[in-house]
Amino acid sequence: MSYQWRWGVFLDPVPSSGATYLGWMLTGLQTTVQLSLTAWLIALVVGSLMGVLRTVPSRWLRGIATVYVEVFRNVPLLVQLFIWYFVVPELLPVSVGTAVKQLHPFLQQFLAAMVCLGLFTGARVCEQVRAGIESLSKGQKSAGLALGFTLSQTYRHVLVPMAFRIVVPPLTSEFLNIFKNSAVASTIGLLELAAMGRQLVDYTAQPYESFISVTVLYVLVNVVIMAFMRWVEGRTRVPGYIGGGR
Amino acid sequence: MRIRLVAIGLACCLALTSARAQDLGGTLKKIKETGTISLGHRESSIPFSYYDDKQQVVGYSHELTLLAADAVKKELGLPDLKMKLTPITSQNRIPLVQNGTIDIECGSTTNNLERQKQVAFSNTIFVIGTRLLTKKNSGIKDFPDLAGKNVVTTAGTTSERLIRKMNEEKKVGMNVISAKDHGESFLTLESGRAVAFMMDDALLAGEMAKARRAGDWHIVGAPQSREAYGCMMRKDDPQFKKVVDAAIAKAMTSGEAEKLFKKWFQSPIPPKGLKLDLPLSDDMKQLFKSPNDKALD
Repeated sequence: MSYQWRWGVFLDPVPSSGATYLGWMLTGLQTTVQLSLTAWLIALVVGSLMGVLRTVPSRWLRGIATVYVEVFRNVPLLVQLFIWYFVVPELLPVSVGTAVKQLHPFLQQFLAAMVCLGLFTGARVCEQVRAGIESLSKGQKSAGLALGFTLSQTYRHVLVPMAFRIVVPPLTSEFLNIFKNSAVASTIGLLELAAMGRQLVDYTAQPYESFISVTVLYVLVNVVIMAFMRWVEGRTRVPGYIGGGR
Repeated sequence: MRIRLVAIGLACCLALTSARAQDLGGTLKKIKETGTISLGHRESSIPFSYYDDKQQVVGYSHELTLLAADAVKKELGLPDLKMKLTPITSQNRIPLVQNGTIDIECGSTTNNLERQKQVAFSNTIFVIGTRLLTKKNSGIKDFPDLAGKNVVTTAGTTSERLIRKMNEEKKVGMNVISAKDHGESFLTLESGRAVAFMMDDALLAGEMAKARRAGDWHIVGAPQSREAYGCMMRKDDPQFKKVVDAAIAKAMTSGEAEKLFKKWFQSPIPPKGLKLDLPLSDDMKQLFKSPNDKALD
């Protein structure tokens, strides 16, 4: 294959401003990290809440949580993103919709991607939290109630803390996934890491250098997250439970 | 004596044919060996290369690709040469040509010096100017009117670079949105997210022809650049380029290209049967007279 390798391309100045292509990549990385972390926050909050609702005695509450999970887990992520970005502003009252569309484009794209990723991942977190709660022996709930806790106190002080410790490993996977999934935001024009990589290809016609460095940056981010989650796992481990007993 | 002459003649013929066979290299060799030519096409570059209402690839550039493929067929003497069509985007077209997924791509690809470092371009097939598509009542007349407004363009195009550059050099304060393809750019414009769509004028006319109410839109602004579209091929493959160049030059000078121009830019085209009504520019007239493979920037 006739290809001219040129790794020095990252130090070239961008034609329109003083920045370098390396600067572009780092800006992209920053956007990816910001987007993923904020979306992860939404996912954790919504997912935990819905996960608890999936296990409560009330049929109505369980129903709401089930609908949430089925909708957000079964519609492809890309379709969800297009709905948030293109369709939702049209469904709002005209004045609100117009106001949304006059926001700075970056903000519009970032908000749509953040909500979309957050709720999508939230549905998956929800199922893991539910699995965690259901894996606890019935005795834990009974003991909580027998001690005089109300149902919500039992969840708050007994069930949820135990369930979360059990599901740290699958949550780690979701946390890693949200970084990789954040690349879909490039399809609505958000200049995150993947989009910056492609833009670099357009400007320099050096696709391999660009895609290789994008890959390396994603791996680096994920290694950091993995190390962090390992640490969390170790800190929160319950002796005598799954993998515990140190 | 006679036998010797025949023998020499035969030997010469053999030498010639074998020399020819050996000379065949690069893309032509690959096409001959596989019996297949891989053509890249676009999905929404109206009217250059796009899907019609029956999901068939059609368009001005696509017809020229077929002419080039025909020339290859004749050159190699392969009457049942198979054609493999691969959809491509602004962003993946260069890597796909380089790694051999496609042999040639005629769509709406600008021939510029940067790209020439990685790929080769055939004789120019079209010349465009980059302008703005906007609503008739938007009050936008030219590029300076865009100050502080949202403007959309398609990611990976020369327009994207031009407008970002203009924004930073002249401090216009535009918010530039980069959409995935021309269809999505127009959707962004139509939904009111952006007041104008900057792109090659012919493509803008194509998007307008697709719009729900074509009469609401018009193309304005002084052209920011003149650009030459060419067919993209792998670099350093003079044999293949020669065949393609000859086919395009013939189409240009024989009046065939002008016929194609009338068909795609001045007559009703699929999917909606609308006319683009694009006049034949001086650049195009010049091109028909003297085909060349020069980049304009």
